Amino acid sequence: MDKLLLLGDEAIAQGAIDGGLSGVYAYPGTPSTEIMEYVQASKQAAELGIHRQWSANEKTAMESAIGMSYAGKRALVCFKHVGLNVAADAFINASITGVNGGLVVLCADDPSMHSSQNEQDSRFYAKFAMIPILEPSNQQEAYDMTYSAFELSERLSVPVMLRITTRLAHSRSGVGRKEVKAQNGMRLPSDPRQFVLLPAIARVNYKKLLNTQALMNTLAEESLFNTLSKGNNGKLGIITAGIAYNYLMENVAEGDYSVLKISQYPIPSKQVRELYEQCDELLILEEGYPIIEEMIKGFLNLGKPIHGRLDGTVPRDGELNPAIVAKALGMDLYEGMPIPEVVKKRPPSLCMGCGHRDVYLALNEAVEEYGTGRVFADIGCYTLGALAPFNAINSCVDMGASITMAKGAADAGLVPAVAVIGDSTFTHSGMTGLLDAVNENSPITIIISDNSTTGMTGGQPSSAFGRIVEICKGIGVDPEHIHVMNPLKKFHEENVQIMKKELAYQGVSVLIPQRECIQTFARRKKAEKKAAGKN
Amino acid sequence: MKTDIILAGVGGQGILSIAAGIGLAAVKTGLYIKQAEVHGMSQRGGDVQSHLRISDKPISSDLIPQGKAHLILSVEPMEGLRYLPFLSKDGWLVTNITPFNNIADYPQVDDILKEIKKIPNHIALDADAIAKEAGSSRSSNIVMLGAASPFIDIKFEALEDGIRQLFGRKGEEVVEVNLKALRAGREFSQKNR
Repeated sequence: MDKLLLLGDEAIAQGAIDGGLSGVYAYPGTPSTEIMEYVQASKQAAELGIHRQWSANEKTAMESAIGMSYAGKRALVCFKHVGLNVAADAFINASITGVNGGLVVLCADDPSMHSSQNEQDSRFYAKFAMIPILEPSNQQEAYDMTYSAFELSERLSVPVMLRITTRLAHSRSGVGRKEVKAQNGMRLPSDPRQFVLLPAIARVNYKKLLNTQALMNTLAEESLFNTLSKGNNGKLGIITAGIAYNYLMENVAEGDYSVLKISQYPIPSKQVRELYEQCDELLILEEGYPIIEEMIKGFLNLGKPIHGRLDGTVPRDGELNPAIVAKALGMDLYEGMPIPEVVKKRPPSLCMGCGHRDVYLALNEAVEEYGTGRVFADIGCYTLGALAPFNAINSCVDMGASITMAKGAADAGLVPAVAVIGDSTFTHSGMTGLLDAVNENSPITIIISDNSTTGMTGGQPSSAFGRIVEICKGIGVDPEHIHVMNPLKKFHEENVQIMKKELAYQGVSVLIPQRECIQTFARRKKAEKKAAGKN
Repeated sequence: MKTDIILAGVGGQGILSIAAGIGLAAVKTGLYIKQAEVHGMSQRGGDVQSHLRISDKPISSDLIPQGKAHLILSVEPMEGLRYLPFLSKDGWLVTNITPFNNIADYPQVDDILKEIKKIPNHIALDADAIAKEAGSSRSSNIVMLGAASPFIDIKFEALEDGIRQLFGRKGEEVVEVNLKALRAGREFSQKNR
């Protein structure tokens, strides 16, 4: 079979489809989005009847995947690193329930924060949940590891984390495929109470999880994904994982150093000891937090010298690259020409023709009389309202935090407080916060800037398309204080007046400026044109 | 054989379609390829780059090491300069000179061109004008690919095939316009290198 040219994300999707997947669950988030998109576009997935609809948020995705596992089938759940925070409750408890059908949790970390608000390392979560991690370093491994992850999960009866970082997610290379495995049939857990986490049952399950740890370590030691290769340099040994391995091999030849490549966790004890005995010092190269480094160094750091992010051999934050690794190895390198002064920064910005622009222009005018510092925003394209020329918002913390932070600030006396949230973010995590605000009739004005899509990640469907007003009414917002607006220049004055009126109201108001995302609009028109051409 | 290319531009300018053109040609020729792309926030009008590596041997790093790129292919004049730390001592900068101005402090174009001229190996062309002449102002990216083609270690015929594959679904006319754009770009570089 010919090799496919696939992004790391796409290789994971294809590996899952070929590995007997029955359903994928996800909420879009860079750099994980393309996994679900690939399965959605796959003819093979359609023929196999694989579930492939977006979920409302990462927690609902995780829980649906647990449900599919309960029913005996193989499920993949995908999100970006901060998405795991949203899903954490379900994720951690899934290691206590254990699995029935194989359950693989894909976390795409974003070191250097290309499109994120932090660079947390998902491997800590897997350690916390006491489950294995598979961490590929290239597209082929991404395919191979996903393909076999379901079996590992079923063998150990725990979820398996698959961890990648931005560069692998969004880098393309050739991938060879394996034979397509059949899906599992539906089959209930042999113990009907396996998934009932009453304390008495949970305690038993937890002991079982603890007792499985030794087998997890043995499987990691025996895994073909973990390799220890002997090198000529007896002084320095290198432990590496994930994409850091590529940057190492860009700089050295095979056999230069003894290298332990860790791709299946828990960290394989046998190989680490073997390498440690062979060398005088160790260098740890890993993308993300220094988790391997901390574990091997230990609190008292009494052994041989261990170099890495903690002693400054490698920068403490940010993603790695070949130059950083070369420096860590003490190699000289040509650093190229400097960037000329004439080059200016070019930050991302809201598109021309985007409705969020008109919302911010109106809001800035409406809120002026109360003074600045009272607009709490959220995660999405509209976060770009923090930049010039708008300088319109004062917060962006996590999905849904705009409404609840506005409420808390209003509780503290900052009245009026304003929340700005998108339609997809609102249904992801804003609705429960709105209920809190309604229950206390907090003096806040919530703007749900509805572009009818999940814009920032490339225009995935918005969960409650066309139903935002009904949801707000259902949650209990006074219909008198719900206004659908048209964020166009010609309605600017009218929109400012509505905002002013609701800012003055001492209760919950919801303003819903509605205009389809310009990018989604363009794609829709193009697709319609194409469809019309076919008929 | 190994060619390391940094593709540079602004989110929305379509550098990924250039990368796809080269990628398809490389795969057809049986070469190894790695191509790191930028997705997400920066695609909203920010600076974007793609690292494209082609080799007859397996490739380790998805990112091109600093100071090692054989070629910077930029569809925007200021953006090419942003990646100079990646260019090797004898590498080429092939850049479009039509600015994409979406920031308040965009520099004078003459100041940018002065910096471009300081690079020992450079080709600067008005790809938009050449594309228009070739029959479609939307083909400026393909003109740029043509202009870069003498510095990419892939047979020109394979690049032409890549274009056919890339635009085949859009009809013969679109394919022809783009092939014309590709050849016009190549011709410019051959005359002006």
